[in-house]
Amino acid sequence: MTTDDPFLTRKAEYNGMELLVCVASRYLEDGASVSVGTGVPVAAAMLAQKLYAPNLLIIFEAGGIAPLLPTMPISVGDSRTIYKAIQATSMTEVMDTLARGLVDYCFLGGAQIDLYGNLNSTQVGTDYRKPKVRFPGSGGANDFGSLAWRTMVVTPQSARRFVPKVDFITTPGYLDGPGSRERAGLPPGTGPYKVITNLAVLGYHPESKRMMVESIHPGVTTDEVRANSGFELLVKEPLGITDPPSEDELRVLREEVDPLKLVIGREAK
Amino acid sequence: MEGKGRIFTEVDPDLLRECFRSKSKKLTNKVTSVEEAVRVHLHDGDYLAVGGFGGVRIPTALLHEIVRQGRKGLGFAGHTATHDCEILAAGKCFDRCDAAYIIGLEARGIPKMTRKYFESGAVECTEWTNAALSWRLRAAAMGISFIPARSMLGTDTELHSAAKEIACPFTGKKYLALPALFPDVAIIHVHEADINGNCHIRGILVSDQDLARASKTVIISAERLVPIDFFRQDQEKTTIPYYLVDAVVEVPYGSYPGNMPYEYYSDEEHLQEWLTAEESPETYQAFLDKYLFGTRDFSGYLELCGGTHRMRQLRDLEYLRKPALERSEGTEGEGTD
Repeated sequence: MTTDDPFLTRKAEYNGMELLVCVASRYLEDGASVSVGTGVPVAAAMLAQKLYAPNLLIIFEAGGIAPLLPTMPISVGDSRTIYKAIQATSMTEVMDTLARGLVDYCFLGGAQIDLYGNLNSTQVGTDYRKPKVRFPGSGGANDFGSLAWRTMVVTPQSARRFVPKVDFITTPGYLDGPGSRERAGLPPGTGPYKVITNLAVLGYHPESKRMMVESIHPGVTTDEVRANSGFELLVKEPLGITDPPSEDELRVLREEVDPLKLVIGREAK
Repeated sequence: MEGKGRIFTEVDPDLLRECFRSKSKKLTNKVTSVEEAVRVHLHDGDYLAVGGFGGVRIPTALLHEIVRQGRKGLGFAGHTATHDCEILAAGKCFDRCDAAYIIGLEARGIPKMTRKYFESGAVECTEWTNAALSWRLRAAAMGISFIPARSMLGTDTELHSAAKEIACPFTGKKYLALPALFPDVAIIHVHEADINGNCHIRGILVSDQDLARASKTVIISAERLVPIDFFRQDQEKTTIPYYLVDAVVEVPYGSYPGNMPYEYYSDEEHLQEWLTAEESPETYQAFLDKYLFGTRDFSGYLELCGGTHRMRQLRDLEYLRKPALERSEGTEGEGTD
C-alpha cells in the first residue's frame, strides 16, 4: 500500500460524521418531501437543499413547513424551523399530512434496530413495568415509520445496537418479515428503505425483507461490517463502495450547513 | 390487538358536555396571579396537559409554581414533553403519564434524575405517539369519544397503549381506535392575551388549539396583555377564544429558559447547567434549592439567571443578530419573519 492509495488519502480528508451527512443527503431528490429531526438528518436535508434538491420540501413534526434554515435548529420546534417558512402550523396538521401520504422520506434513529428494521427508542429490557433503562419513547417516530413512504435510519453501527430482536418495537420496520406490515394494517408501499451507518449503506432484500449491505464505505471491510452486527447481514452481489464525500459536498457542509460543527464535530460512534 | 395500558381520563363526551355547559361564556376579567391561578385551578390528582413543544413556548412560570405549591398525584400528558416534563419530575408532581415523548431533551441529552423518576416505578405509563396524542386531543375537541388512526399498528407501542383495533365499516380496513383525551387542566403560554382570555399565538401551534378546546379548565400565561380591540380589529389573531379560558396571567419571558418564537431564543447554557446538575441527587437538590425553592417567584428566577441583560442576549440570538452592545448601526438581523 502506497501513500497515494486513494482510500487512504480520502480517509484523511473527512471524518465519519461528514461522510454520514453527505451520503444521507444524496437520497433526497428535488421535489420530494422529507421530515427531519435535529442532528444528522437536518444537516443532510440542508446539504441536499443547497446542492441537489433546491425544491426539497422540509417538514418539521412540530409544525414548521418549508423553512429556509439559517442555522441548525436545536429543537424540532424551535424558531429556526420556521425561519422564512411557508407556514407555521400545528403538529396535528403535519400528522394529517403524513397520514394522507404526502411525506416521502423520514429519518429515524433508535437505541436498537433489528434485521427487519424495527426500531426501539422506548426501553432496554423486556419488562414494560420495570425497564432496565427508559428512553423517551416514540415521539413522532412510530407515526413516520408507519406512514411515511420511505424510512431512512442514520445510526452508528455496533453489535450492541444491531440486535436479532429489539427489546421493544417502538417503530415498525418490516415487523416479522414479508407481509407483516400489511397484516398489521399499515398502509401498503410504506416501510424501511435505507440504513446509513459509519461503516456502510444497507438496504433490504426485496423478498425476505432482511437487512442487506449494499455498499461499504471507503477503507471499510465486509468483515468489519459483519462484525459490527448482532445478526447475520445479507450482502448484495456485487457489493458497491460508497462514493466518498466530494469536494463540493464538504465545502458546503463545512461552510454553510454546519460552520459551528454542531453535528460534524461529533464522533460517528 | 388491544392495548394493555390504562386510560387516565374520562372518555364519555356527554359528561364533558355537561362540564362545558357549566362554563360561563361571559366576557369577564380573568386576570390573576401565577400563585392564585395554580392554587385555585389545579388540584392534587388532576390530569394536566402542557401547551407548547417541551422547550418551546412553555408556561415555565406556572410549571415552577406547581412544583413550589407541591402538587402531587397529577396525571400528565407526556406529549412532546422535554423541559416541562423535567420541571414537573423535579417536584415528583405526577404518578401517571400518557407517554409519547418523555424524559429526553431532544438533541441535548437525557437528564439522569428525570429518567430515574420514570424508572423507579413511581409513574404508571401508557404508551402513545405524538400523532396519537394530537389526534386524541382532536377527538376531544370534536366532542366525540374516539378517533380512528393508522399509526402504532403491529408494534409494542400499540401493545402498551390503551387503543383498540377496529374495522372500517366502509372499507373493512384495520384502524386503531384512540380514546378522546379530555384533560382536567391545560396550561398554555401565548404571545398576547386580553383580560377575558382571548389569545394570540405566533409560530407553530403544536396541538394547543385542540388542547384548549379539549380541557375542562384552561390557564393562560401571556408575554403581554393587550386590549380586546387587538382581536376585534383583526379576528385572524384569535388563536384561542375567551370562552375556553378560565384564568389569565401576564408573565414576560414566561417561556424562559425555553424558546419563545419571535421573542427570545432558548437559554442553552442554563438548560445545560440543569442537565449537568441532574448527574447526582446531591447536585440536583442543590440546584433546585437555589433556582426553584430558593426563589419566591418567577421574576426571582429570571434575576438569578441573568435578568434583563440575559433576556436581551436571548432576544439577539432569536433575531440572529450580533449582541446589541457590540452592534453598530445598520447591521441588524432580519429576524424570524
